[in-house]
Parts: sequence; structure tokens; C-alpha cells
Amino acid sequence: MQPSRSLRILTISAFLLVLLSLYMVFVYAPREVVMGAVQRVFYYHVAAGWIGALAFLVTLIVSILYLATNNIILDRIAVSSVEIGVVFTSMNIASGSIWARPIWNTWWTWDPRLTTATVMWLLYIAYLMLRQGLEDPERQRRFAAVYGILAFASVPLTFLAIRIWRTIHPVVIGSNDPGAEGQFDMTMRMRSAFFFSLFTFTVLYTTLLWHRVRLEGLACRVAIMKARLLHDR
Amino acid sequence: MPDPTNSQPPTAGFWRAVSAIAWKDLAAELRNKEIVSALFIFSLLVILIFNFALELDKVARENVAAGVLWVTFVFSATLGLNRTFAAEKDRGSLDGLLLAPIHRSALYFGKLLSTFVFILIVEIIVIPVFSVLYNISLFSPPFLLVVLLGTLGYAMVGTLLAAMAIHTRAREVMLPILLFPVAVPVVMAAVRASAGILAGAEWGRFAGAFNLVVIYDTIMLAIAIMTFDYLIEE
Repeated sequence: MQPSRSLRILTISAFLLVLLSLYMVFVYAPREVVMGAVQRVFYYHVAAGWIGALAFLVTLIVSILYLATNNIILDRIAVSSVEIGVVFTSMNIASGSIWARPIWNTWWTWDPRLTTATVMWLLYIAYLMLRQGLEDPERQRRFAAVYGILAFASVPLTFLAIRIWRTIHPVVIGSNDPGAEGQFDMTMRMRSAFFFSLFTFTVLYTTLLWHRVRLEGLACRVAIMKARLLHDR
Repeated sequence: MPDPTNSQPPTAGFWRAVSAIAWKDLAAELRNKEIVSALFIFSLLVILIFNFALELDKVARENVAAGVLWVTFVFSATLGLNRTFAAEKDRGSLDGLLLAPIHRSALYFGKLLSTFVFILIVEIIVIPVFSVLYNISLFSPPFLLVVLLGTLGYAMVGTLLAAMAIHTRAREVMLPILLFPVAVPVVMAAVRASAGILAGAEWGRFAGAFNLVVIYDTIMLAIAIMTFDYLIEE
């Protein structure tokens, strides 16, 4: 079964957009004066973080809709979106660390944003593990939908909790406020490279999601064929 | 007799069902004292390990008391949550409960109530022992209120997730993996508020943390009520 024509067009355009955005990030955008080349991490770092948040929001919405309608497609979108979201959140955390080492002089600080991203990452790893641990497919879909809702609700609460923690506790090593350490003003070219990255990653997310949902459908068909074959014998 | 499957719980019958389920668990526990005694010994061991792992002198003890206490509560509560549902499932009595003509969320509140009481009993024993061992006074009403509300929030999410974890492979490991990241906000806020109270800080310094515990409890209660029906739709 071939992918549909629109999916093929989307895949090719996503590929071209990624190439173009690489050019924008590495050549078109000017070198930042204070931080130097490492600042270029920023374009994909923020874009990856945005896709993580978007993917989990999509999971929340389709999870609620799944519980309301029991439509299997919605569950396929939920699991696919979590998988993509986890990958992009990992990219976001890793690229942030790479940037933080020279700029903050540490790989890691327990800043609200960093901690929230990590807890969010753990929540959705737990989501995937929950799915793996359940055998009955119908129950797997229901439980995953409930956990998808619960996980998303706890993300803003985590952010609030750490904010409270930090405003009472003085910051121990240096200032780890991203607004304070490593801030810079974007030039026009930087801004266009930045928004182009956001756009590229959004298209990339849509493409990956489409492929992944399609794969889930194919896996389901294979399972049915296998069952039928065993039954006929 | 109102229709038990009606989505609007008939209040009197609903709370009777809740207390019947909770009382069943408590009566069973009163006879063998299995869970509470195990949780208490476990809590003591955690406190002991912390004492040696952290090399606590007098000042350090006062600084970490709230954190150590909450970690102890969280660990033992997780064990307790695993037990209450595992016992039902292994004896096959969960199916019996599901066949009972009661509203599904009565099952949730019943289980929540019994688990909450178990954890509270353990905390009531642990707090004085901890006071003695760490030489710190824990008996202040605001502190006990934070313990009560923080434990309630943890038990609410825990009961919901234990009902899920019970059906997974490797369920004992699955519960903390599912529960800890969701419980991060309430544990952090509860530790913050407890530490503030124990250090004798004025209300304004930890009001935010205290409010967050209340907000967490409210939001999680709403999610639990809305989603529990889907967890036991067998």
C-alpha cells in the first residue's frame, strides 16, 4: 500500500524545508557577537521545545475526544504524537544543555523551565511504558487516554511548584534566569531564521505524525491478516 | 431505589456505598493489621537510612526534616496504594465489587477513603517517632493541616493510577513510574510549606506553596471524578 499523493508531497516539502532551514540557521543568520557560534543552537532548540509542547497538547485533545467517541484513529494519533513529542523534547533538553555549558558554565541548573521540561519528558515516557505494560488493546487505549489527560494537567502545576520553590530559595550558583544570563537581541535576519525554524519544525511534525499514524494503521491490518491466516489453517 | 448506573449519584445511597467499601477495607485491616504495620516498619527504615545517608548533624537535621518526612510519606504511601488494589485483584474480589449495583465513582471514593485512612494512621505514628529521632517538634496545627492536604492530594492521584497500574505487567514498578512525575507539584509544594512552618516563617513566605497544595487537590479531584469511570469499564 503506497502512501497517498498528498503525504508524498508533504514529505518532500518537509525535507526541502529542513535543508533550507539549515542554510538559514548556519549561513543566513549572523553570528551573535557575545556568545558566538553556540548561539545558533537557539533556533532548533526553541523549535524542538515548541513541537514537544504542541505534540502533548494534540495528545490531550485527541485523548479527550477518544474517551468521548471511542474512535480508534484518535488513539493512534495520541500515541504517535507522544512518541514524536518525546523525541523533540529530548532534542530540546540536549541542545539546551550544549548551549548552557559555555553560557551558564554548567550543563544543568534546576531552573523552572529546565525542571518542568524534564518532568514533562518523564511523564510521557511513563505514558509510553504504561501502554507497553497493558495487554488488552481496548483497555490500553482507555488507560492511555486518561493518563494523557492527567499528564498534561500536571505540567503547568509543576511549573508553578518550582517557581514557588525558587522565589523563596535564593539562587545558589550564579544567576540561572535565562532572561538574565545569555540574553541577546535578535536582528532581522536572526528573527527570520527563528520563525523559519518554527515553521519547518511544525511541518516536520505534521509529516512525521501522518507517517506514524499511517504506520499504526498498517500494523493493525497486518495483525488482522495474521489472525485470519491462523484461523483459516 | 434510584437507578445505580445513573450518572447523577443519588447522594444518600452513594455515600452509603462509599463508606461500605471503605469500611470493608478497614475491617479487614483491623483483623490482620497487615498494611499499617508493614508501612510503619518501612517508614522507620526509610528514616533510618536517611539519617546515615545524609550524615545529619543538628543543623542539617532541622534543614532537611520536612524533605525527609515527605519522602518517607511518599514511599510508604506508594507501597500502601499498591497493596490495597493488589489484594482486591489477587483474590478476585474486584470483579465482585464491579458487579455491585453502585455508582462507579463510589468505588473510587471508597478506595480513596480507605487508602487515605491507612496512610494517615501510619503518619500519625511516624510523626511523633520522627520528632523524637530528629529532635524537632512537629506538633503544630498548620503543619498537620499541610500533611493532611498533601497526603489527600497524593492519595487521590495514587488511587486513580493504582487502579490503572494493577492491570499492567510488573505492576509494583509501574505505579511509582506513573505516579511520581504526576505527584511532583504536590510533593514540592507540601515540602515547601512544611519547611516554612517548621522554620517558624511568617505565613506570607509559604502561602503560595500552601495554596498550590489546595489547587492541586482540587484539580486532581476534578480529573479523578471525570475519568475514573473509564478506568473500570470492564
